[in-house]
Amino acid sequence: MEAKTLIAKRVAQEMVDGDLVNLGIGLPTLVTNYLPEGVRVFFQSENGLIGMQALPEKAAAFEDLTDAGGTPASFIPGAAAFDSVASFGFIRGGHLDVTVLGGLQVDEGGQLANWMVPGKMVPGMGGAMDLVTGAKKVIVAMTHTAKGSPKIIKKCNLPLTSVRRVDLIVTEMAVIEPSDAGLVLKELAPGVSLDEVKAATEAELLVPDDLKEMALAA
Amino acid sequence: MSKLCSCSCAVESIADGSSVMIGGFMGGGSPHRLIDELVRQGKKDLTIIANDTARPGIGIGKLIDAGAVKRLVASHIGLNPETQKRMIANEIEVELVPQGTLAERIRAGGTGLGGVLTATGVGTVVAEGKQTVEIEGEDYLVETPLKADFALIHALRSDMFGNLQYLLTSRNFNPSMALAGETVIAEASEVVPVGMIPPDHVETVGVLVDHLVSWEA
Repeated sequence: MEAKTLIAKRVAQEMVDGDLVNLGIGLPTLVTNYLPEGVRVFFQSENGLIGMQALPEKAAAFEDLTDAGGTPASFIPGAAAFDSVASFGFIRGGHLDVTVLGGLQVDEGGQLANWMVPGKMVPGMGGAMDLVTGAKKVIVAMTHTAKGSPKIIKKCNLPLTSVRRVDLIVTEMAVIEPSDAGLVLKELAPGVSLDEVKAATEAELLVPDDLKEMALAA
Repeated sequence: MSKLCSCSCAVESIADGSSVMIGGFMGGGSPHRLIDELVRQGKKDLTIIANDTARPGIGIGKLIDAGAVKRLVASHIGLNPETQKRMIANEIEVELVPQGTLAERIRAGGTGLGGVLTATGVGTVVAEGKQTVEIEGEDYLVETPLKADFALIHALRSDMFGNLQYLLTSRNFNPSMALAGETVIAEASEVVPVGMIPPDHVETVGVLVDHLVSWEA
């Protein structure tokens, strides 16, 4: 299974029926494809819609309805539209149950850096700082390494997205839960060994007795 | 008391060096005709306040391509390599603002507030040089209000008074910018007679709109 697919499938298991969810551009949007049976969530797009869904094949695209990446989108019956002030009121105000974002680095304190590489890549934070600060649950969905170089490290050296500790890190190798004590390794992907995960991770991992295999039932 | 005017006439009032808020999100809900006219009239040294600069050749990206922008206040420029290139070459000064903070700063500017307090950005580079206050045990940044000489708005529909309605994700920053611009120029996809938009369905009140440009005008 491709890394992105595996990550999206595992993240989808975290969704609870009725949740209000915001998915970042890229990998996180794949989560919509793998929601568990019977789980219906409302997707918020920060450009002003709750109840967004992907544009069905062959449906007409138009500029007045896009996702936060500018890609034409569609909406479910019961959707609601609003302006940017209201949209970020939902996000900061504690009304958003889950946000799923990509990451450049996460450290032992569970802090995320995902919006710039000084001097190289300065895309801007967009809505990421508000999302990580305000959402009830923050899930980082990312590949475990960047071309072999660890992304889960002792201390972020890229500018932080927020000082808030994220709630869960899902990679193609493992599921990791930041806690007061440090990063707890909760699950290993099928066919991945503990040693392999440790070798691909710079941060110290706490390994509990009940380490499980990643749950991917969809 | 018609506010209707031609695109060229509305844009002529915007002097080089003006600060201009422009609605839109990756091009969606941007006033495309007004942007094209800014480029055609060769405006220079503008300060643009907007969520993003779309992509090269699209929406606000056209102003970047044309070299019309001296300073930019935005939340995201990641999908426009031209903006990033000009920022790194020091041709455009860019202030990056978290999107929710940008929306609230514009709202504050338009509604007479001295600023807003937000937890977004606390402890990050965004907090540098800003005052932090503690309220009920939580830290917040003091973010200042944003105003502009002009706000360029896109609406789905306008009546002849300038009462506006928006459509779906084309709403985005338009309603708040309509309050924060000293002079507001609205571009509507259609202009209808007064009375056609019921009071309960007016989203931006016509008294805020100074000039109205329709797609047919």
